[in-house]
Amino acid sequence: MMEFMEGSHAVAHAVKYCRPQVIAAYPITPQTHIVEALADMVANCHLDAEYITVESEFSALSACLGASAAGSRVYSATTSQGLALMFEVCFNCAGMRMPVVMSIVNRALGAPLSIWNDQQDSISLRDSGWLQLYAEDNQEATDLHYLAYKVAEDRNILLPAFVCFDGFILSHTYEPVDTLTQEQVDRYLPAYRPLHRLDSEDPMSFGMFASPDYYMEFRYQIDKAQKDAAQVISRAGKEFGEMFGRDYSEMVEGYRLEDADCALVAMGSICGTAKDAIDEMRRDGKKVGLLKMRTFRPFPEKEVRSALSGVSRVAVLDKNISLGAKGAVALEVKDALYGTQVPVLDYIIALGGRDVRKKDIRGVVEMAEKGKGDLFYGLRQEVL
Amino acid sequence: MTAAELIAVAAFAGGVFAQAFPAFGVERRGAPVQAFVRFDNKKVRLRSQIYEPDYIIVQDSSLIRDVNVFQGLKEGGIVIVNTEKALTYPIPPGVKVITIDATSMALKHLGLPITNTTLMGAFAAASGEIALPALEGAIRQRFSGELAEKNVAAAREAYEHVKGVS
Repeated sequence: MMEFMEGSHAVAHAVKYCRPQVIAAYPITPQTHIVEALADMVANCHLDAEYITVESEFSALSACLGASAAGSRVYSATTSQGLALMFEVCFNCAGMRMPVVMSIVNRALGAPLSIWNDQQDSISLRDSGWLQLYAEDNQEATDLHYLAYKVAEDRNILLPAFVCFDGFILSHTYEPVDTLTQEQVDRYLPAYRPLHRLDSEDPMSFGMFASPDYYMEFRYQIDKAQKDAAQVISRAGKEFGEMFGRDYSEMVEGYRLEDADCALVAMGSICGTAKDAIDEMRRDGKKVGLLKMRTFRPFPEKEVRSALSGVSRVAVLDKNISLGAKGAVALEVKDALYGTQVPVLDYIIALGGRDVRKKDIRGVVEMAEKGKGDLFYGLRQEVL
Repeated sequence: MTAAELIAVAAFAGGVFAQAFPAFGVERRGAPVQAFVRFDNKKVRLRSQIYEPDYIIVQDSSLIRDVNVFQGLKEGGIVIVNTEKALTYPIPPGVKVITIDATSMALKHLGLPITNTTLMGAFAAASGEIALPALEGAIRQRFSGELAEKNVAAAREAYEHVKGVS
């Protein structure tokens, strides 16, 4: 049913339908509305879950890790500094193969303090072993939670997952969302059946030390699970499409790419603005398209290569910066295109909530056509 | 933000796609804030703030001193200003300004100077974009019981007032 609701509330309802048994979270802007709504549902007996109030994000994810090890389906949500405080626990969740699902309401990292959107927070955890999905709109922000649990809990994967969506731009925007029913979600996402769990009748340990003789093998297996997740995402996304009409079988999505001369690459809500800008540029005769990345981990290397190897140039819109190098998406797109002659130009854009308009997308394309790139787009002149 | 949300809910109820969002990060009750609404027959994908509006609603006319509220307004655009006085500010050519004492109307119906629903009624009448039943439906969805009916009455009076003067 199409309902008009705030992004955060749409996500909270999707999470409710996933039937998490334990929720532990610490409120932080702009994630607050999600966890407030979930706390309300638990308090009013609309959601049968244990809601653990904690004193920090470190404790929030630690509680989730413990509850997941005990065999529960768990949920958390955070952003920015909160995610930074979870850094150590993030690696532990992946290393212990706990299928925790966490919403990342993307926000810039300090200093200087910024409550506004970019994607530096989740990108900075790209090496942690968590799956990373990015939503363009509030429909995807809700749907990707169902997909995330399905993939994370797959017995061949068992990895935690971030569902990333842009803070304020999506979380605080009201728009129509097709909400599923509990019965529909139950059919798609059956109850979690843990492969291993903490059990006093059958004791076992998680995350004990590994000597140099074994550590690398653990890391290899996490990496293999990441790569195997590509197929599982594809299968789970296809099944979602068959059941509810929205197909998420492709980890990347092309928009007017078929005959494109210049291909933009982007993740998250900026894709919507880029699509409108592309339609305008197409009307002016410019052959521009977009490759939207819905999955950043695992990195869809083959899909990126096959989608982009025919274009004349690639312009990556990076809402993050690996300081001292380039934007993280551009670096990996370049890697995927290694050996082709396609130039990849990087544009660091929209950091700390700077608004992106259609004319900015056009500006990027015009620069790319002149071969000018690898820069921060739209900087104030006084710092140059 | 409540006014923006209500307008978008009413537009959505009228069968179009709608999007409403605040100028992010400063949305506290009583503080000067901006909020934006887009609606269209097709899905709204654009995520930037609105720089060239078709309509502007000014909830507090004292802000006009500090902010150029007419900036970016399209030719033929409509501005609705909540004020008890006639406007003394220069109005750009091609712009239609409608003034309404929404605060007094809100005080009369709600007993509070909260003008979201009165200005929504004024907007519906001035723009023709929203039908009165959709507007009332949106109010009843947001509020319940007596409070909903008081707000419906406030919106209706503003609607009739603007229909009468425009």
